[in-house]
Order: sequence, then C-alpha cells, then structure tokens
Amino acid sequence: MREIVVISGKGGTGKTSVVSALAYVAQKNLVLADCDVDAADLHLIFEPDLAETEDFFSGVKAVIDPASCTNCGICASHCRFDAIRVESGQHKVMSLDCEGCGYCYELCPTQAISLPQQLVGQCYRSRTRMGFSLVHAKLGIGADNSGKLVARVKDLARKQAKTEKQDFILIDGSPGIGCPVIASLSGADQVLFVTEPSLSALSDLKRVWELTDKFQIPAQCVINKADINPAVTEEIKLFLASQGIALAAEIPYDGDFHTAIAEGKSLIEINQSKWSPVFENIWTACSQEKS
Amino acid sequence: MKIAIASGKGGTGKTSLAVNLAHKASALYPSLLLDLDVEEPNGSIFFPTPALEHKTLYRKVPVWNREACTLCGACVSTCRYNSLVKIMDQILVLPELCHACYACSELCPAQALPMQDEELGSLSSFRLEALDFMEAKLRIGLQQATPLIAQSLELVQKSHSQKDFYFLDCPPGTSCPMIAATKTADYVILITEPSRFGIWDLSLAVETMRELGKDFGVVVNRWGTAGEGILDYLKKEHVELLATIRDDRRVAELYSKGSLIYDKVPAFDAALETILTKLRSLSCGK
Repeated sequence: MREIVVISGKGGTGKTSVVSALAYVAQKNLVLADCDVDAADLHLIFEPDLAETEDFFSGVKAVIDPASCTNCGICASHCRFDAIRVESGQHKVMSLDCEGCGYCYELCPTQAISLPQQLVGQCYRSRTRMGFSLVHAKLGIGADNSGKLVARVKDLARKQAKTEKQDFILIDGSPGIGCPVIASLSGADQVLFVTEPSLSALSDLKRVWELTDKFQIPAQCVINKADINPAVTEEIKLFLASQGIALAAEIPYDGDFHTAIAEGKSLIEINQSKWSPVFENIWTACSQEKS
Repeated sequence: MKIAIASGKGGTGKTSLAVNLAHKASALYPSLLLDLDVEEPNGSIFFPTPALEHKTLYRKVPVWNREACTLCGACVSTCRYNSLVKIMDQILVLPELCHACYACSELCPAQALPMQDEELGSLSSFRLEALDFMEAKLRIGLQQATPLIAQSLELVQKSHSQKDFYFLDCPPGTSCPMIAATKTADYVILITEPSRFGIWDLSLAVETMRELGKDFGVVVNRWGTAGEGILDYLKKEHVELLATIRDDRRVAELYSKGSLIYDKVPAFDAALETILTKLRSLSCGK
C-alpha cells in the first residue's frame, strides 16, 4: 500500500483541485483521505454518503464545580494559560483558553475541579458518488488537537484500504508547517507539492520543504498558474532542481479550476481531453515506487 | 483598536488585504501590521528593506536534572501531553509535546525538572513609510504555533503602545492558531472567495467568530469568478458584507511580485476605502 500526500504550504494554490483530479484518475485503485481537517472541502466534489460516523474525543478541559469551590484562587494563580477568571465572585474556566494540562486539578485543595474528555470532532467513512471510499472529518469550532484528528483520519483510511485491498491512499494535507502537517506527512511514501509562482508561495514552499526533508520522503511538485509570473516560475524550478524535487507538471492559469469547483466536479469531468493526460502523467509520476 | 484579518480557507487574499489596508491606513493613522501566520508568514515580502531588528523568542520547557531526581515518576503521571517518559533509570523530556504548563516542574518533590528556555521562533520588525510591520516566524519542526502567537501579540502591544490601528494577519483555518490570533481582536475581517470551497470554509469561520463572541464582517475577494451564492449565504446568516473585490489578473500579478496593489488598481483602492470608513466608525465608538 502506498501513501501519497498532497500539500502546499500556502493555501489557495489549487491543492484540492489537484487532489480531486488525481482521485478521478485513480478512482478504481484508491482510498481518499481529507486531512485538511480545518477546512475540509473534498466532500463538496465527491458527495460522500457519510455511511459511518465516529465521534472523536481528544484531550480534557478543566471544569470547576462551584458547590465545592472555596474560591481560594490557587488554580488561577498557577494557570499558565490565563484560563481561570473570576466572574461575579466565582472562579470559572474559560474553555477556549484551557489547554487541558490538569495542573489546576492536581492543586485544588477541595477537589472541585474535574477534567472531562472533550468531543472535538467527527470522522466519517463514506462512499463517494464515483464509488471509491473517502475518509474525512469535521473539527469542532476552535478545537485543539487537529494533528491527532489527522492521525485518526489516516488510521481509518489505512484500515479501509486494507479491507478493500486498494493499492493507494491519496491524502489531501493541511496548509502550514505545524502539527496537522507533521501528522499528514508521517508514514507517507510520496509527497506532491502544489505551488504557484508568487513570492509568498515560494517562501512557503521552502519552509514546508525544510520540514518534509526531515522525513526523507521523495517529492514531486506541480506549479499551478505557472504563467502568472514566469520569472518566479523559473525561480521555483531552480529551487526544485537544487533540492532534487521532481517537477511533475506546470499548469497555466485556467478558468476550468473555478468552473470545476462551482459545479462540484473534478477538472477531468469539466474537460476530459484537456485534463485527463495532465493528471494521468502526474499520477504516474507519484504512484511509481522509487528505488 | 485591534483588527484581525482571517479566513477559513487559505489563499483567499488575507495577506494582500492586510498589507494594503494597513499601508493605506498608516498614511492617516498611526498603524502597525503584525503577521501572525507564524507557520508561513509572508508579509515581509512586501517590505523591500531589510529588518530593523530581529528578536528571538523563547518559551520555557522542563529539563531533567539527573542528580536531583529520585525517579518517583510523579512528573510522568502528571503530564497530560506524554512529554515525559521514564525509561529504566532516566526521565526523557520530549519538548515538542510540551505545552509549558509548569505542572511537572512545580510539582516535582525533588525540584529535578527546572524550566529552561527553548527557542520558539523570531519576531522581526520592518518599516515601510509610515507603517510599522512585525513578523513572527515559527522555528521549523515545532508543532505548536499558539505560544509564539500569544507572546508576539503581547510584546508588540508593549513595544508599540501608541497605535490607532493594529492589523493582525492571522493563520488560516479555525483551530487553535487562528483562535489565538483573533481572540483579543476588537473586530475581525473574514476574507473569502465566492466559490463553494470559499463559502463552506467561511461558514466554519463565521461559526467560530460567533462562538468567540466577536464583531466581524466579510470581504468577498475574486468577485466574478463564481456565482452569487455567497450573497445568499451572508443574507441568510445576517453577516455584514464589507466589500467585494473584483477578480483582476493584475492583482494576482502584483501580489506574485510582492508589490503593493491599491496604489495601482483603483477598484482595489475603492474597496479598501469602504473598509477603512467602517473601521474608523467602529474606532470612534471605542
């Protein structure tokens, strides 16, 4: 089984459009996982049936029981996250600020603090309109631990791929370089970057590459909207060459990207003869085992 | 007044809006722009001059003192992030999992886990004409962005206490880094695009702002690239539309070069003017 992760560093470069098109190309042979759990959008293209839902619990948050609290203030003075405040004479935990470290729970002289588990999101396993399986998730508002949810989505995708005897797991990763991206990358066999020729995207690509390089995963790159700024496109190509990242494709700016999202389709369904060869090539580049 | 510029979806034009709006505002009002997209900060691309100052920011993490330790294991059972592990006669600290809550350090009966500095990242300051700009950048490999965001916000307000407007360029998404960047703001501008992806991700950001009890409005960027479904959404949710910015290849080209936009594209400038008028009226009420 081979795991291919698509990431971009910067948002808005066309990552999800590329993932949708690759999923279309490889539909008979894959399980798709949406690990952009903060802003998951693949369900808008593939109309999943939400066949199975599982609650995702992670971490704890402190709760003060006013009946046994003496308002001594020890909890508030030790909280490094400034999450305990006094409201009309009563100490209270500001849930959004609480990081669930449990220090207050350890210190409370009257055991007035409990640490209930937090329901932070939902994971889904779905059948898509094209027939293949999609594992996706919705993170609760302001929830912590998106990295753990990413790990859970990947776990479920691996199980599903095993059950269905599929050869590939295609993963739509998250933006940035923090915990959800690190969780997306762990265990991957191939990374595909989707970038665009802007100085911002290049700077983001360099940072996310520095992270990816630590994992020693072979990498390919798609330059989307390549004609927006040919000079930066050349700069990106030089960077890719210097780092040993293969250039999988250069795609000019194309209105089909907007049309596809508006119609809830993959690019290939918008114009088969134009897009099918492009993404067949990218898929071939990503799906082959490197020696 | 602190104005956060945020979005659910990435790549909708947060940094373009933040840099141009802050630069335009700074011509009239003392303003500062703080880039809190610490994982992938890009604001400095628009500031051609080198940084005036670089500051390294730190946080505290526990360090094991072998001589003092009695191997009682209290730290391991206290830590809820599994960042302390006992292996044979050693305590191993995994700083990448640590949230710097101090529980293990302060509850250790032998004081064997003193807290020491660990590098979080940097805070650099720039200036472009009247605009002060600070960029916070996370050290690569660190998992948590929130401590750097919180510290940068605090430092900037101390070092530049006399500004009328603090513009905050926030991280994308709706999870902890975005919350940390927006939670102290007086007003939040959510920028989106009219696509289905844009509307869906915006709906998550709107829910988040409501949860936080924030006053906010929406700017629709790349207007004309998709239908008008976004307007139906805003109406249904009673969300204020601050401005629409028409899709224009020139904007993408200018942005790609790291150039200011509003002085070259009049329609973009007009949208900023509308937003600034709104912000001015809000700041009068403060």
